[in-house]
Amino acid sequence: MTTATLPDTHADEGGPGWVRRNRMRLAPLMFLAPGVLFFLVYVIFPVLESFQISFYRWDGLGAREFIGLENYRELSTDPAFEVSLVNNLKWLLLYLLAIPGGLFIALFLNQTVTGIRIYKSLFFFPFVISQVVVGLVFTWFYDPTFGLLNVTLEAIGLGPVNVLGDPRLATYGIIAAGLWPQIAYCMILYLTGLNAVDPEQVEAARLDGAKRWRMLWFVILPQLRPATFIAFVVTIIGALRSFDLISIMTNGGPFGSTRVLSFYMFEKALSEYGFRMGYGAAIAVVLFMIMLLFIGYFLWSMWRQERMP
Amino acid sequence: MFPRPIQQSSRGAQTTYQSLIPVVLLLWLAPLLAVAFFSIKPGADFTAGNYWGMPSSFEGAENYGKVFFESDMPRYLLNSVLITVPTVLGAVALSCMTGFALGVYKFRGNLWIFFMFVAGNFVPFQILMVPVRDLTLELGLYNTKMGLVLFHVAFQTGFCTLFMRNFIRALPRELIEAARVEGVAEWRIFWFVVLPLMRPAIAALSVLVFTFIWNDYFWAVVLTQGAESQPVTAGITSFNAQYRASYHLMSAGSIVAALPPVAMFFLMQRHFIAGLTLGAVK
Amino acid sequence: MQMTKRTAAAVVAISSAVAMPAAAQENGNGSDLSGTLTIFSDMSNPAPRAVMEDMAARFDEMHPNLDVEVTIIDREAYKTQIRNFLSADPPDVANWYAANRMRPYVDAGLFEDVSDLWDEPEIQENLASTEGALTLDGKQWGVPYTYYQWGVYYREDIYEELGLEEPQDWETLKSNCQALIDSGRKCFAIGTKFLWTAAGWFDYINLRTHGYDFHMQLTAGEIPWTDDRVRETFANWRELINMGAYIDNHQSYSWQEALPFMVNGDAAAYLMGNFAVAPMREAGLTDDQLDFYQFPAINPDVEMAEEAPTDTFHIPSGADNKEAAREFLRFVVSAENQTRINAADGLGQLPVNSAASVGDDEMLQEGFELLSSGAPGGLAQFFDRDAPAEMASVAMEGFQEFMVFPDNLDDILQRLEQARQRIY
Repeated sequence: MTTATLPDTHADEGGPGWVRRNRMRLAPLMFLAPGVLFFLVYVIFPVLESFQISFYRWDGLGAREFIGLENYRELSTDPAFEVSLVNNLKWLLLYLLAIPGGLFIALFLNQTVTGIRIYKSLFFFPFVISQVVVGLVFTWFYDPTFGLLNVTLEAIGLGPVNVLGDPRLATYGIIAAGLWPQIAYCMILYLTGLNAVDPEQVEAARLDGAKRWRMLWFVILPQLRPATFIAFVVTIIGALRSFDLISIMTNGGPFGSTRVLSFYMFEKALSEYGFRMGYGAAIAVVLFMIMLLFIGYFLWSMWRQERMP
Repeated sequence: MFPRPIQQSSRGAQTTYQSLIPVVLLLWLAPLLAVAFFSIKPGADFTAGNYWGMPSSFEGAENYGKVFFESDMPRYLLNSVLITVPTVLGAVALSCMTGFALGVYKFRGNLWIFFMFVAGNFVPFQILMVPVRDLTLELGLYNTKMGLVLFHVAFQTGFCTLFMRNFIRALPRELIEAARVEGVAEWRIFWFVVLPLMRPAIAALSVLVFTFIWNDYFWAVVLTQGAESQPVTAGITSFNAQYRASYHLMSAGSIVAALPPVAMFFLMQRHFIAGLTLGAVK
Repeated sequence: MQMTKRTAAAVVAISSAVAMPAAAQENGNGSDLSGTLTIFSDMSNPAPRAVMEDMAARFDEMHPNLDVEVTIIDREAYKTQIRNFLSADPPDVANWYAANRMRPYVDAGLFEDVSDLWDEPEIQENLASTEGALTLDGKQWGVPYTYYQWGVYYREDIYEELGLEEPQDWETLKSNCQALIDSGRKCFAIGTKFLWTAAGWFDYINLRTHGYDFHMQLTAGEIPWTDDRVRETFANWRELINMGAYIDNHQSYSWQEALPFMVNGDAAAYLMGNFAVAPMREAGLTDDQLDFYQFPAINPDVEMAEEAPTDTFHIPSGADNKEAAREFLRFVVSAENQTRINAADGLGQLPVNSAASVGDDEMLQEGFELLSSGAPGGLAQFFDRDAPAEMASVAMEGFQEFMVFPDNLDDILQRLEQARQRIY
């Protein structure tokens, strides 16, 4: 892409003089080359290849057989796919609760009292625990015999609930487990954002009589926009990547009710009774298309920011 | 300052607030504290149905001893280290260079390459799964730590480039310009002028990437199997199968698996949060 | 179907004879094996794990130039990983299951044909009873290392307390169950999180309602799931479900996690394979408290058939050290090793080698008796081993759903029928 802007390069190409004269064009190339190469090979090309594979029937070993849109046609009549898609929507919507949740805790903790720094870290640290462990922790939390949840419910006189065993509740139970670290993440974003809120504006608004909710809505939140944007981005990505928790907590069950696209794809592509790479790729493509809507939006937002001086 | 500093409220409100925080914190961490509590109980308590009562004896040392000396856990932990550390080094090194290129030079396509990294960083893993597994097989790196490291380095480069490029853009350009005027070669500018200024970014990224990679489960399952190469996130499921229904041991195992990133966070807190929240403030 | 032998009873009976002199095979040719032998194993529960590690250690010792490396993978996770490693990074030896469960890997060319081993007289003579279960398309694809009876393990002390007898027929089983429920207990512990335990119940009720041949036809896809006879099986099952015979929330537990219900006396019995005995004893049940009965008859005209799943070792076709792998398979099935690993303090299961002796243990002896003479109807492998894997996975999800929501039966059968038409 640099050649297009090359001005008149004369004669002695190749010598050290040439390198010297074009160093401003060569340097970024050299610096970019390894990273871009890696990224192309392991990320960009595979995305394209997955699109291609989704038009084939392929067991991962033998020859690929081109079947056009057959995989997608099968998807449209596959009840498990429908369940996964609906669950993905639930994840997308409910996961966004992490944003107000994080904001709420951030507002609660945004004080300067003794020990507040420690408290903030302790509130935050669920985020650094791996999802596998979060999944285990919440599986035990929900356990119908000894789980803390049911012990508590019993103490206040409510019947036991088997969250992960009930197909109507299981997905919500897993989302709640996922919200735990995600709220922590959003909280830390907002705490940082709140640090940078302009005190003069707050004072001025106070003099105008703005209180609590009005203040929050009209004065504070607009200043927290960058934090909200990042919280939104990471939460959406987190929701669509949900895999670990499902795999650990229910393995898709009971009777397939907690599958999401990412999990179903894995099941189909690497299952015991046959690799359906093409079908799996088709599921992944659908997931990718959903993500693409958001990626487009993110990039557009960033592009607008870049335009601003 | 919002909300209004608590110091401006009544004495009663202050005391309420101060005593409320630990209570809320306790509730917040309850599921985790429960596991920590389980991990010091003897197995007999669980068979006897004594889940929440006082432990009949404190078996913390015994339980954790089992995790460390009678299971494959130490191997899994070592694997995690051997996967995570090279990934951090690789991803940070590559992204220092890409970030430098995209942050310092003006050339056509700069923004497009940048956006490629950003967009790639957001894709769902599953769309990469089949081809990356295939590629790893072809390279003969299936079920090796190296196979995982290469992929992680490549994928993390997306996020790290986004981070580094924005960081470098915020550096004072005068330094670079001054060096150029003096005729300093570009790679020397990178090495001697920019890199030293990037130390905080490098620290922040290293901690972040460490956590991300340590906690990875999906790729560990797709590209590796067994104790010779699987990291601890995948190993914990084997561990749990070995001690299924032995909640005291599974709890201890989970805590051990979770600990390294937690320790990393508490030790490097400032860098960690600086990394996570870059961009949260304009 | 040829893989499950109806003649097994007779052949197995021979093995009650005194153990023959140990096979001489592995004594002589020990030192010529070299390199590494990698074994992937799914024997992840504590007792089987110890057995596997011990076997590997002994084999390693017998062959000084050979390095034996064992990787033990969670038994449930193994089922999803096996295809991945067989095609991507095959070990030299891998665990699996007999009968149709081998089919996908045999068809994909991932298992090595080991018919040559079965031609060796040592194996041919002593393992004849299981040959059928390892045979597909006229060739043998692995060797068995153990098999075991299924049955109802129950709390003898609770039965005595309530004055209950081991049931011989369905009515008694139900009346026993009612008595248990009236005493504030559940009749049966079960954990269906990993689905196959529900298939055990389906199989037994189906075998007792319609018999062995019907089971084989159903798993072979020859009978529609919407057939009235299938509904009859489910109707019988439903009687128990409606009584509240099973523990609550079983869909959240693995079979191991459901054990405490039995150990604590909240449930009085457990339909399971004999491998459950070891953890029950370990959890504190004594021989006075624990006993075993054959699943009772439902339709008296149907001959009793039993489940006797066989677990196996295979050589992946991509293995590096096939010579050592074959020698390991010989070692596994040798009479001496069979006696040792299946003993009560090992797997606590039944040896596949007729020259080996059955462990000196009440449950093992009873189980051996049961399979040798108590199952004139035939020996089935298990639902997920007799049916093709894909059908099994859809069907078992349906069984679990049925146990929780029996009203969904029509829906479930419709789904299974759709799957049947697609898969076979």
